[in-house]
Amino acid sequence: MFSIVRSMWLVFLHMFKKRVTIQYPEQKAKLPARWRGRIVLTRDPDMGERCVGCYLCAAACPVDCISLQATQDESGRRYPAFFRINFSRCIFCGYCEEACPTYAIQLIPDFEMGEYNRQNLVYEKQDLLIDSQGKYPGYNYYKVAGMAIQGKEKGAAINEEKPVDIHSLVP
Amino acid sequence: MDDATISHLLITFGVLAGLLLVAPGLIWLERRLLALWQDRYGPNRAGPFGLLVVLADTLKLFFKEDWIPPFADKKVFVLAPAIVVITVLLSFVVIPFAPGIIVADMNIGLLFFLAMSSMGAYSIILGGWSSNNKYALLGSMRGAAQLISYEVFMGLSLMGVVLMTGSFSLIDIVEAQRYQWFIVPQFLGFVIFLIAGIAETHRLPFDIPEAESELIAGFHSEYSGMKFGLFFVGEYIGIMLISSMVTVLFLGGWYGPSFLPPLAWFIIKMFGFIFFFILLRASLPRPRYDQLMEFGWKILLPLSLLNLVVTGGIILWMNTH
Ligand code: SF4
Ligand code: SF4
Repeated sequence: MFSIVRSMWLVFLHMFKKRVTIQYPEQKAKLPARWRGRIVLTRDPDMGERCVGCYLCAAACPVDCISLQATQDESGRRYPAFFRINFSRCIFCGYCEEACPTYAIQLIPDFEMGEYNRQNLVYEKQDLLIDSQGKYPGYNYYKVAGMAIQGKEKGAAINEEKPVDIHSLVP
Repeated sequence: MDDATISHLLITFGVLAGLLLVAPGLIWLERRLLALWQDRYGPNRAGPFGLLVVLADTLKLFFKEDWIPPFADKKVFVLAPAIVVITVLLSFVVIPFAPGIIVADMNIGLLFFLAMSSMGAYSIILGGWSSNNKYALLGSMRGAAQLISYEVFMGLSLMGVVLMTGSFSLIDIVEAQRYQWFIVPQFLGFVIFLIAGIAETHRLPFDIPEAESELIAGFHSEYSGMKFGLFFVGEYIGIMLISSMVTVLFLGGWYGPSFLPPLAWFIIKMFGFIFFFILLRASLPRPRYDQLMEFGWKILLPLSLLNLVVTGGIILWMNTH
């Protein structure tokens, strides 16, 4: 009997507590920096596309919503000819970001992607590619990878040893 | 038509319109208050303070498919929701809101109220029965048992008030409380009537006939659209009815300090109890079915009998001395 009255009193006191509701459109929720939302494709510090079209993200995606076509420019850099994410299927699991070897594909804290037309949820490369380095500033894949492109020979990357001359016997 | 007829008609339609306007408003009130007690805001977007949510709710109910299950007993199925609204509205006939503001002053007002609230049980029983659905039937069986048992204590708990007044007329009962509200001498009766009243309107925590977590929606599982809406309107008017009855019987009806008009006092007291009902809903869990029955028959019945016997004894003693 006493506990009934007590619980009613305690519930009544909740009238004067702080509200937990976030009045959304006027008041934005504070999203953590690593919140998994809209997907972007980032760029190198020197504004080259980071994505090398390796298909790892498309393979990792559990709902198969990424499709792309790799190609190569005249300097030897690989890049996707098209890159398409169907956000009406994406479950924002972040596996694509984990799979990506070049930090190209990243999930950012933004969820306001509502559309009236389902087709508008299919984002093309120009919708995805941003002029920023995203969460990994300073990272440049071709500067650390052993792959030769125009303007960078084999062995010229950071921390990379000179290539072994297989025709010489000197160690 | 003479003046008396016109004013009587005005009062009748005023009461009817007032009830039918306030009942949907209670939906808003309940949602806002529940939200308040759960650290939320509740509906606050549509219109000032979210009041237009009532309109949206009603429109939504009207546009829902009005479905009668093919396996239902059609005539009874359609009739059942109307019964609850009709009986609670009829009960309001005898409630004196203020001096002169009453639809019909019957000398058996209290009995009329009890009769009407028993009739309300038919809506639950018939609604559940005609739905031909096992959950609905279970709900209506529970509802019937609950309403019939709590009816007993409800009637008994009021007899103390009747003994002290010597009349079944609600106006006489209010006037007998001019100097002292019956809540003081009849505190036990007040508590029992309040509990029985909650059970009578099958509001939480005594919403055992509906019990969402066990019976989907109990006796109105199969109802949709405005038929479902009628059950709700009936429930909300029922809350107002029990609140007004408590006010009339135990809190001195329209009496109060004279800086406010009598009607205002009545409405303030009534809304106080509506708040209390909603607070109950916000804070207490639903008892098990057998606990409810046990509580009724083993605690409330002896207590109400005791109340009756003691009140009667004291009145007898006072009359003979
Ligand atoms: S977040 Fe998950 S579902 Fe969405 S594109 Fe990446 S891997 Fe696919
Ligand atoms: S976004 Fe990353 S994982 Fe996907 S194709 Fe480009 S480089 Fe590979």
